[in-house]
Amino acid sequence: MGMKKPEDVVLFKNNRRIDGRKLDELRPIKIEAGVLYRADGSAYVEWGGNKILAAVYGPREALPKHIQDPRKAIVNARYNMAAFSVEDRKRPGPDRRSIEISKVVSEALERVILTEQFPRATIDVNIEVLDADAGTRCAGLTAAGVALADAGIPMRDIPVACAAGKVEGKVILDLCKEEDNYGEADMPVAIAPLTDEILLLQMDGHLTYEEFEKALNLAIKGCHIVSEMQKKALLKKYEKVLEVE
Amino acid sequence: MSSSVVPSIRKDFIYKLISEGKRIDGRAFDEYRPIKIETGLIHKAEGSARVKIGNTQVLVGIKMDVGEPYPDSPDMGVLTTSAELIPLASPDFEAGPPGKEAIELARVVDRGIRESEIIHLDKLCIEPNEKVWIIFIDIHVLDQDGNLFDASLLASLAALYTSTVPAERFELGENFKLPLSKDPPISCTSIKLNNAIVIDPVLDEEEIADARLTVATDKNGDIRAMQKGLSGSFTIEEVKSIIKASIINGKKLREVLYKTIRGK
Repeated sequence: MGMKKPEDVVLFKNNRRIDGRKLDELRPIKIEAGVLYRADGSAYVEWGGNKILAAVYGPREALPKHIQDPRKAIVNARYNMAAFSVEDRKRPGPDRRSIEISKVVSEALERVILTEQFPRATIDVNIEVLDADAGTRCAGLTAAGVALADAGIPMRDIPVACAAGKVEGKVILDLCKEEDNYGEADMPVAIAPLTDEILLLQMDGHLTYEEFEKALNLAIKGCHIVSEMQKKALLKKYEKVLEVE
Repeated sequence: MSSSVVPSIRKDFIYKLISEGKRIDGRAFDEYRPIKIETGLIHKAEGSARVKIGNTQVLVGIKMDVGEPYPDSPDMGVLTTSAELIPLASPDFEAGPPGKEAIELARVVDRGIRESEIIHLDKLCIEPNEKVWIIFIDIHVLDQDGNLFDASLLASLAALYTSTVPAERFELGENFKLPLSKDPPISCTSIKLNNAIVIDPVLDEEEIADARLTVATDKNGDIRAMQKGLSGSFTIEEVKSIIKASIINGKKLREVLYKTIRGK
């Protein structure tokens, strides 16, 4: 957001975006469930140029003991970027950005997980960004939703996320890198798709109220498309398991 | 937090199998699990590779930057290797700064690459005393099912062999292939458990191992590096037989690596 656009970058041409998409079109998305051996549940998501792995461990005893909640499980999401996932090498370990993303994602996931079934436990959700290309938190949360379902964690719904934003005055779905850099607004949204309740909402940039409404509707529409892909990925894995049995 | 400590009933089972000449996954004592190497997966990296040895998965990415050389080698590029045992890969890995295990892993891989001099660091000098290329090897363990040493070295090599120096990004002329010599060392790791020696241990075997030995060999079958680990000991005969098995298996691993990077 807010970077000055070099003159040779053209974001729109004949109502098509810089990568050829329509205004309300998602980037290509691929979702796979159950890709890791050691984890209790896992998922791999490719979303445009993003490559993201999520793994779930738990519910297991929360340690040290003083962090335990006697009434419910703690949901502990950890968003982490690989050192080689960005243009300039990122120093390993958490920075302020990834700590904040971890927090809002944990809170979003906590809303759909039936945490009261697992007092004193922790459910750890690890989101690893292996290759980053704008929209990593949405892709990461989407992967986490599939990994939680794959781990058999009881949930009210499978959470899903998608961003909308504004570029050169146009409200568009799922910003790519250039649009993110030179656009006017970016708004990641996560929902529980059965009820459309909003689990995560962030925005930076500048939107009028009308633009916000349009962007929110667009983001929710995007979430529903991705939600179908999540379910397909889970079905694919478990169909295979059933065939073997 | 040691939930994956092998329960004693499992340990007894593994011991019993070993005494009958068998392993839990049906392999021979000197047999590797299936190995798969993929390269060029990470768009943002200068080079990358994912190695699967059985269920173990390691992803290595190479990043490069321009920086100052060390004062004692003013006309040589700089190599830095780090490993992260991220909590994604195992219920026993915790978030936080690298622990002893991660540091040993990174250093063994670093040594294997540095001491074999396969990277021509002298060709990575931009301006003596001022500017050289810095190579970052980042080892990201994705799924821990034993033998991270071999998987990490193999992935690091495959990533290096498919790396391009991003000179254009730093306005230093045209991109060029990372200058490397053709004969990398290949490591093979064996462990001793219940007085038997098995190669390429899975995690369940590793966790009840008495001693571990990693042997890196070159294409002539000469020994290039060794690292012994854990509190048990080896007899001289055991060490000799491990080295022999490492030379034979090293050849096989080398072929897999060559097949992957050929023409890239």
